[in-house]
Amino acid sequence: MDWQRLLTLAAAELIAPQTAAFALAAIGLNVHFGFTGLLNMGHAGFMLLGAYGFAISTIAGAPLWLALIIAMACAVVFALLLGIPTLKLRGDYLAIVTISAAEIVRMVGRSTLFTDLTGASSGIRGNTYKSTFQALSPLPDGSTTIGPFTYGNNLSNGWWVRIAAWAIVLLAVLFIYLLMRSPWGRVLKGIREDEDAVRALGKSVYAYKMQALVLGGVLGALGGVVYVLPTSVQPDAMGRAMTFFVWTVLLLGGAATIFGPVLGSMIFFVTLSIVRTTMREVLPPDVFSPAQIEPLSGMLIGIALMLLVIFRPQGILGDKKELTFHVR
Amino acid sequence: MSAETSGATAPSATPRSGPSAGTVAATAALAGVESRPGASKPDAILVADDVVRRFGGLTAVKVDHLEVQRNVITALIGPNGAGKTTLFNLVTGFDRPSSGTWTFDGASMSGKPAARTAQAGMVRTFQLTKALARMTVIDNMRLGARDQPGENMIAALVKPLWVKREREITVKADELLVRFKLDHLRDEFAGSLSGGQRKLLEMARALMSDPVMIMLDEPMAGVNPALTQSLLGHIRDLRDQGMTVLFVEHDMHMVRHISDWVVVMAEGRIVAEGPPETVMEDAAVIDAYLGAHHDTDLGDDALLADEVIHNLEHEAEAEEENR
Ligand SMILES: Nc1ncnc2c1ncn2[C@@H]1O[C@H](COP(=O)(O)OP(=O)(O)O)[C@@H](O)[C@H]1O
Ligand SMILES: [Mg+2]
Repeated sequence: MDWQRLLTLAAAELIAPQTAAFALAAIGLNVHFGFTGLLNMGHAGFMLLGAYGFAISTIAGAPLWLALIIAMACAVVFALLLGIPTLKLRGDYLAIVTISAAEIVRMVGRSTLFTDLTGASSGIRGNTYKSTFQALSPLPDGSTTIGPFTYGNNLSNGWWVRIAAWAIVLLAVLFIYLLMRSPWGRVLKGIREDEDAVRALGKSVYAYKMQALVLGGVLGALGGVVYVLPTSVQPDAMGRAMTFFVWTVLLLGGAATIFGPVLGSMIFFVTLSIVRTTMREVLPPDVFSPAQIEPLSGMLIGIALMLLVIFRPQGILGDKKELTFHVR
Repeated sequence: MSAETSGATAPSATPRSGPSAGTVAATAALAGVESRPGASKPDAILVADDVVRRFGGLTAVKVDHLEVQRNVITALIGPNGAGKTTLFNLVTGFDRPSSGTWTFDGASMSGKPAARTAQAGMVRTFQLTKALARMTVIDNMRLGARDQPGENMIAALVKPLWVKREREITVKADELLVRFKLDHLRDEFAGSLSGGQRKLLEMARALMSDPVMIMLDEPMAGVNPALTQSLLGHIRDLRDQGMTVLFVEHDMHMVRHISDWVVVMAEGRIVAEGPPETVMEDAAVIDAYLGAHHDTDLGDDALLADEVIHNLEHEAEAEEENR
């Protein structure tokens, strides 16, 4: 077995744009679930909307900043639509509505209703919306090697997208840090613990929950944009499985922590890479075809998540003490 | 805590030290008020009319008229299931009545959401305590404060905009924690507190917002008996500082010694009202209690005997476990 190849592939996941995209999405989900206690079971819907918003508006001629604003605005509208009818009700209503709403976004996207815009089930090719982002790159053309990693500077899956993606993650982490140490963040945590208690103290719980839903959704949309920048918009790649992976990332790193989502995303993709490569090398190809490796590694990840929730429910960075007393 | 077991040492908290100035003033204010259900008060802060709440076929609350006098301690008593908690929920906006109207401090509050009634100064605690478990005690307290600009999402990002107010809030929170003997738990998670400590925390947290009227739903249930006496003193102090106190309690000893006025509910209605001495002898009251406290003499000091307190604590703990 080629250990060096295995480790290089795994380490590459640490800085991969996909890892950054999931970290961003999980930071958003953390605002929802970790800090406010909102059960959003359709986070991929926010991500897909962000991706569509960015891609379609760029294709229509919008400059980069406008395309980003449109991507975020899509998430704001989506959050308001989901929140207005459900945030006054018990938490489970939001869960049900978000699951179905995310599916509706995907279904509409892949349907032939708006083929001109969304490309239906074949999606939107990356080259059609990457130009504004690529044009912003300050890097010279060519490729650069740092340690074991060699990428083209300005290729669609190269250094520039990595730098930009992780810069956005860093900004998001800083932003969440500033918010969650503030009295605003304290109100959110209060709502997570017991919203009636917070109401009794004169805070408008509904408004805070709405703000949290919008903020987390916008971060999800940004995650979606980062996710499609090096690839293409594929509605079927951004469905329930994606929501499930974002949850895994969040719980792995530790909900309600600042760095948990970032760490969780790194661990998730590194592990996935190691499992995949190992199985490809170890399992005889005449027994398991490469096409079977994929679901098999998914299964192993699922088992790992179960073990995690059983043996370390607070995640890697979470505080064990918080779980020693039951809530409610 | 064990050093405190001798309990009632603070003079203001000793029931037999003679009436305080606040008690005298409150008694004087209520002197001309008739002892009958729905009696009108000279300076009512809370006025409720025809408030009805039905749960299916059950009428949990049917209050024709109720006035609560400003700046006095009013006790709301009645057997379990009388509708006391439901009435609290209604007037504070946590529940919607089937019909009825009420005003607080002259302004109509019917149909207002809970946050609005709290902002108007009507702040309540819950019979089933709501400590914010995965937050520290001090953060629980800080959350109770008003006018923190940092609770706005945009201002939250700029610490200089809220750090000064945060300091004021923290000073006040620490003072209250000392008063309620919770200061040694300041940085613990509220979820690690005992049932009684959570009650105290909830009450202290409610006081952070400087309420005009504080509504306490069974504030003493499960609280360490060593603390109850000094708590009585604190509640009196609140009144003496100008606050209106409305509390639900079934510890008759406490009711008799601390309240200026007693309102009795049974089966959703107000069946009697009056000063504590008068009301305890009222036939309707004794009737109302016959179901629940069959063989206890109302207002008997024996109610505060260790055994009884023990039982109450057990009840409270059992309640907690049931959640
Ligand atoms: N949410 C509810 N649904 C149905 N019945 C209720 C509800 N809340 C209270 N009740 C009923 O209303 C009556 C009054 O309850 P409550 O106000 O809790 O009494 P108290 O606080 O005086 O003990 C009881 O019979 C209780 O069972
Ligand atoms: Mg009750």
